[in-house]
Amino acid sequence: MNYRIITYVIGWVLNLEAICMTLPAVTGLIYGEKTWTSFLITGLISALAGTLLVVRRPEKPHFFMKEGCVSVALSWIALSLIGSLPFMISGTIPHFVDALFETVSGFTTTGASIMASVEDAPRCILMWRSFTHWIGGMGVLVLLLSIIKMSGGSQMNLMKAESPGPSVSRLAPTVRSTAKILYTIYLLMTVLETVILLLCGMPVFDALTTAFGTAGTGGFGIKNDSMGGYSVTIQIVVTVFMILFGINFNVYFLLLSKKWKQALKNEEVRWYLAIILGAVLLIGWNIRGVYGSMGKAIQQAAFQVASIITTTGFATVDFNIWPEVSRTILVLLMFVGACAGSTGGGIKVSRFIILLKAMKKEIKQYLHPRQIRKIRVDGRVVEHEVVRNVNVFMVVYIMIFATSVFILAFDNLDLITNFTAVAATFNNIGPGLELVGPTANFNVFSDVGKYVLIFDMLAGRLEIFPLLLVFFPDTWRKF
Amino acid sequence: MKIIIIGCGKVGSALAEELTMENHEVAIVDISAQKLQEVGEDLDALQIQGNGSSINVLMDAGVISADLVIAVTGSDELNLLCCLVAKNLGKCHTVARVRNPIYNKEINLMKESLGISMIINPEMATAAEIARLLRFPSAIKIDPFAKGKVELLKFRLKPEFRLDGKSIVEINMKGKHNILVAGVERGEQVFIPNGDFVLQNSDLVSILASPKNASAFFKSIGLKTNQVRNCMIVGGGTIAIFLARMLLEMKMRVVIIEQSKERCELLADLLPDATVVNGDGTSKNLLFEENLENAEAFVALTNMDEENILLGMFAERMSHAKVVTKVNRVAFDDITDELELGSLIHPKYITTDRILQYTRATQNSIGSNVETLYHILDGKAEALEFVIRENSSVVGVELKDLRLKNNLLVGCINRSGKVLIPRGDDCLMVGDTVVVVTSQKCLRDIEDILEK
Repeated sequence: MNYRIITYVIGWVLNLEAICMTLPAVTGLIYGEKTWTSFLITGLISALAGTLLVVRRPEKPHFFMKEGCVSVALSWIALSLIGSLPFMISGTIPHFVDALFETVSGFTTTGASIMASVEDAPRCILMWRSFTHWIGGMGVLVLLLSIIKMSGGSQMNLMKAESPGPSVSRLAPTVRSTAKILYTIYLLMTVLETVILLLCGMPVFDALTTAFGTAGTGGFGIKNDSMGGYSVTIQIVVTVFMILFGINFNVYFLLLSKKWKQALKNEEVRWYLAIILGAVLLIGWNIRGVYGSMGKAIQQAAFQVASIITTTGFATVDFNIWPEVSRTILVLLMFVGACAGSTGGGIKVSRFIILLKAMKKEIKQYLHPRQIRKIRVDGRVVEHEVVRNVNVFMVVYIMIFATSVFILAFDNLDLITNFTAVAATFNNIGPGLELVGPTANFNVFSDVGKYVLIFDMLAGRLEIFPLLLVFFPDTWRKF
Repeated sequence: MKIIIIGCGKVGSALAEELTMENHEVAIVDISAQKLQEVGEDLDALQIQGNGSSINVLMDAGVISADLVIAVTGSDELNLLCCLVAKNLGKCHTVARVRNPIYNKEINLMKESLGISMIINPEMATAAEIARLLRFPSAIKIDPFAKGKVELLKFRLKPEFRLDGKSIVEINMKGKHNILVAGVERGEQVFIPNGDFVLQNSDLVSILASPKNASAFFKSIGLKTNQVRNCMIVGGGTIAIFLARMLLEMKMRVVIIEQSKERCELLADLLPDATVVNGDGTSKNLLFEENLENAEAFVALTNMDEENILLGMFAERMSHAKVVTKVNRVAFDDITDELELGSLIHPKYITTDRILQYTRATQNSIGSNVETLYHILDGKAEALEFVIRENSSVVGVELKDLRLKNNLLVGCINRSGKVLIPRGDDCLMVGDTVVVVTSQKCLRDIEDILEK
């Protein structure tokens, strides 16, 4: 293990975080809030630690898969620890676990909060909360890769470890330009959403935070009723953008490079849109009685479905009080998640496609025991390694899920609360059902429960294995 | 002694050469006339073309009066059959080379039921040799005597040991170490040193000592002696399997890099505790990814000598690992010896050594005889272990009064379990095991150490 290069990467991540602190600090200054100093202090701490770690370039350039995964996992942990400081220093969230929970929830784009009333918090704190979504959405190391130059093989390993989905594809010959393209698309779409929201009459602060929350598929609101208080037009705009940010960014790149056919043929996106359509119609029909008109029902259903499947977690209404069919659909959608290569979380549509095809293959194997069959997605053969990884991912996913629910059980809350709390954090969504529903918060859990959920959020965002690697003793062995 | 060697391959011809030099009557049998021709005139031995398992051929070779039949053809089954037939025709001892790991567990059974005196598995012998080196990584080569109580250890003299320009007497006086410098290789030259001999940097020094004393000596000159705890093996051949098993038994972590996917599957099947890596062992990146820099031992066992040599040099430079390099071809040993390759292992030498050892041991069934024999100092000298079973002219005389041959050293005496490094006023006694180092070949009896 090349420790020096890992600390070097972490150093850069901390430097980057220090730079990111300027946005909430400026916000605080604009609104004349004294709490802006907490960002100044944290920024300085972060920059100091970061600079100390990067002054000397590591002598050995070796950077392999294990270094990639460990750097990503440790970077995220460091990011969250430092990121939680402003909450504590400003006194908004004085308790360490709570502050960490809030920060991890932000960076992992979960959007689960322990704050009872967000409207009381200073605006700079709210800005930081939403901005963490934006940083975490596309990934802080991908951002790093687009800015600083790292040696050859290292880049792809970092990218692989941080990007969601079963496999990572290059958009451009070099990883650096790939990262740049991704961030450019990300930035442009965020700007576009902000502008549209402004045109719809949203105040600047609200438009920015909402755009950050949508872009990262995070879901921290700045109002106690999340998006419920905004006009229908704004809700529709947010619905559309949530769905857009849940789409594989490769598709946007294909669109930009005018490969329309290829973009439209993307199997994952088709499935993703089909699932959304199906779910919206079903829920709309199911809740038509609650909202009187079918149109209103469909609009509410669409917002909620988009919010859950993209793992954003905004809410316009308390879907906790919806009929059981709708609630069940929403919980199931929590697991599906968005597309690979998007900013969303969850298991990802592409994994389900591979799993379904593997299932079909297995069934066919009974009909023709000696058949050789390949799994294809988008007409291309999926390598055995990827299929195997998806299978193991599912199994480990279920095991972690079960263990988390079990540990939460000691808090003596009801099963639906526990189950949906884990589902909502592990899939990086935000609100669950019952005690953790859209109008409630996660403060109901004990400290142990919160740590478990923090782990789940990180594991969900980093897709389990990089984080597990850190806890595996062999990783730290010298040979 | 009359010896029949069946199979004129690498090992067969090397054996024939050695044995004829020791004045044995050798007949060599091979199915290929061409192979016999290749060894041709250089070899003072009877050459018979034919299948070694055929009675006629064996009769031609003189099996009736032969003392020893050595079967070293390419086929295990043929070797066993040759020995079986020969055993039934004459009253000879038989040695068979059996290398298929499948027979491994049945070796004892085969020895008993087929009446074969010795079965040698070259790969296993090589693996055992490497494993021994890894147990004591400071030495380039280790040969055990007296069932491991005494070892002959070879190491390269480095400047940091501060032994440059010191005579052997000085070293012994200063450190009071119970060790004996048994041989020194300097470039092409080989010395069996006496007390006045002066060491130089980069000499290859062989010492005789008990493992404990050797450790103490190495420690005092600043040579690391800790046993290695992990090992990287490149090349997943048969030797690798045997070696990995031995190392895993010693609780080492083992990483094997093998190029063929199928072979990897087999390795993973046979060695569940080893980390089997599928990839090109000569890829620098792969070696680093598998953490070559932190490896404590590195063994190059691919089928290509060239690859092994490159890998050995690379590992020697990039890591602090104990490097062991397997080289099949011995022809270029002048060059390979000069390279920084760690320990060189020649599987062919190991096989011939073991068989020669056995030959000499069977040769003298009375009086003192050779228990163990090693080719040392690059094959230019031998270390022999004798047991003194009865009175002879060497017994009871102080060593300084014995008229020993030139270039001969009485290295150590193992007396009822205690190891002595003899001084001039020590004398040999009945029941002793004596290790003698000499560049004079063909010693058969303890009395041969005397000038005639």
